[in-house]
Amino acid sequence: MQTKKQSLAYIISASSVGTLIEWYDFYIFGSLATVLSTKFFPTDNPTAAFLNTLATFAAGFVVRPFGALVFGRLGDLIGRKYTFMVTLMLMGGATFAIGLIPSYATIGAWAPILVLTLRLLQGLALGGEYGGAATYVAEHAPPERRGFFTSWIQTTATLGLVISLAVIMLTRASLSKDAFDDYGWRIPFLVSIIMVLVSLLIRKNMEESPMFEQAKMEGKISKNPLKESFGNKLNLKYVLLALFGATMGQGLVWYTGQFYAQTFLLKICNLDDIQTNMILVIGLLLGTPLFVIFGALSDKIGRKGIMMAGMIIAIFSYRPIFDQMYKTVDITHKTVVPGSEKMILSGKTTTVSKEFTDGSSYKNVITEVSTDKTESKITIKINKTDQWTLIGYVFCLISFVTMAYGPIAAFLVEMFPTKIRYTSMSLPYHIGNGVFGGLMPAIATFLVSNANAAGTLEKPYLEGLNYPIALISVCVVIGIIYIKSDKKASL
Amino acid sequence: MNLIKRILGIVWIGLGIGAGIYLIYFQAVPLWAKGGNDLVPAIIYTFVLAPLISIGMSLFGYYAFQGEFDKI
Repeated sequence: MQTKKQSLAYIISASSVGTLIEWYDFYIFGSLATVLSTKFFPTDNPTAAFLNTLATFAAGFVVRPFGALVFGRLGDLIGRKYTFMVTLMLMGGATFAIGLIPSYATIGAWAPILVLTLRLLQGLALGGEYGGAATYVAEHAPPERRGFFTSWIQTTATLGLVISLAVIMLTRASLSKDAFDDYGWRIPFLVSIIMVLVSLLIRKNMEESPMFEQAKMEGKISKNPLKESFGNKLNLKYVLLALFGATMGQGLVWYTGQFYAQTFLLKICNLDDIQTNMILVIGLLLGTPLFVIFGALSDKIGRKGIMMAGMIIAIFSYRPIFDQMYKTVDITHKTVVPGSEKMILSGKTTTVSKEFTDGSSYKNVITEVSTDKTESKITIKINKTDQWTLIGYVFCLISFVTMAYGPIAAFLVEMFPTKIRYTSMSLPYHIGNGVFGGLMPAIATFLVSNANAAGTLEKPYLEGLNYPIALISVCVVIGIIYIKSDKKASL
Repeated sequence: MNLIKRILGIVWIGLGIGAGIYLIYFQAVPLWAKGGNDLVPAIIYTFVLAPLISIGMSLFGYYAFQGEFDKI
């Protein structure tokens, strides 16, 4: 039991700040992937290029379930507090170290190997962090407000992305382009250590979860959480139900709304990166309060209904929303300002640009890489009205995320008993979010490029959505039929 | 409702096996042949998504068919 009473506000803040920083650390790698590739993964070395793709799109996500197993087990054996202190230090250390690695030009092949290794450590740490924070807060919260209190933990993933984008934009704005490319990209990684140290100081004074302490005093701690979670049919069936009936769909809704929207605007619509990030940041900030609203609502009307509603709306809205997003940026139906078309030749680079009557602009920089190969970089800028239209669409996507993701922490902790809760809830969460969700933007982009290459479809840019729509649909059917409607469950 | 849960168990087993075959033969095998950067999605399809969906979904379906979810 608790020796001195700590306020719930303190418990939530201390848990959330640490989780927020872990998300920040995890996201800056993805947000700076283009710069990292030039520093550590030269394209003229096929192995380095392969490691780049692996590090950027897969490694950090695929390793998350292993982190859930390693740290989940620890959390059920030695306690929630110490385990998520360890994950925070691991994440902070790995992120700081990425900022210190000499470039490929200095240490050769060690550079990509070190980056990939540290990215794996980041994924492991994240795999251990979330389950601990969610379990810790849930075990402190009163049953009738568990959805509300745990929903604050749910906001951290979105705010972590917002802060990572803001820090990168701020660093870029403070430095010249050359200085940012030279050393400035290291700053977002290095400042992480300050945030981690502050968070560690805050978390140091936290007390262990009262439920875990009680279980420990009564000798009810699991001796082998992995065996009890996954070697026992009674628990394994719940793990599978949580995965296929909830977290798989929720993870896909989350990554489609929050990350694929960014990839879609940048790579498929060719929207300017600063405009894309601004649209995303504003959309995310406007949507974030909904996590708490839907978390609180789940205490009143149950978790299942809200999560399933979010997924169902997502299934039917994705194609129209992404279609409209594409059409908002698409220049083919816009009118060119007479005399605005320009072509500038400079060495091996040709720049084609034009402006449109609605205020949009188009620029295509074509670079001759070799005698038979050219690279093209198209950038489209849109007017303010269209920017707000896109912010509206992103807000809609984020609102589906908040419905599916807001109540999920409370839902998961209520599925499993105290002695194996950390292990049992972490694994389905990180398979659903890390594997099914995390790989979604890469798989969807791959499907779109295949559809473009085939050239037989009317709207190839929407093909990437088939992957999330199919799996979310399966998840909704399983969730509706097999998961019971419940609320205020005792832990 | 329990009968529906059990009958659907067979559907999940079939879906798991079918998805595994689809991912390996129709998605991963052509990518393995291409090589280069296409090896990354090939690895993901073969060693991550296909086993996860086929084994996980089939086991879920088996439990459903056995009536393990009747009382939930």
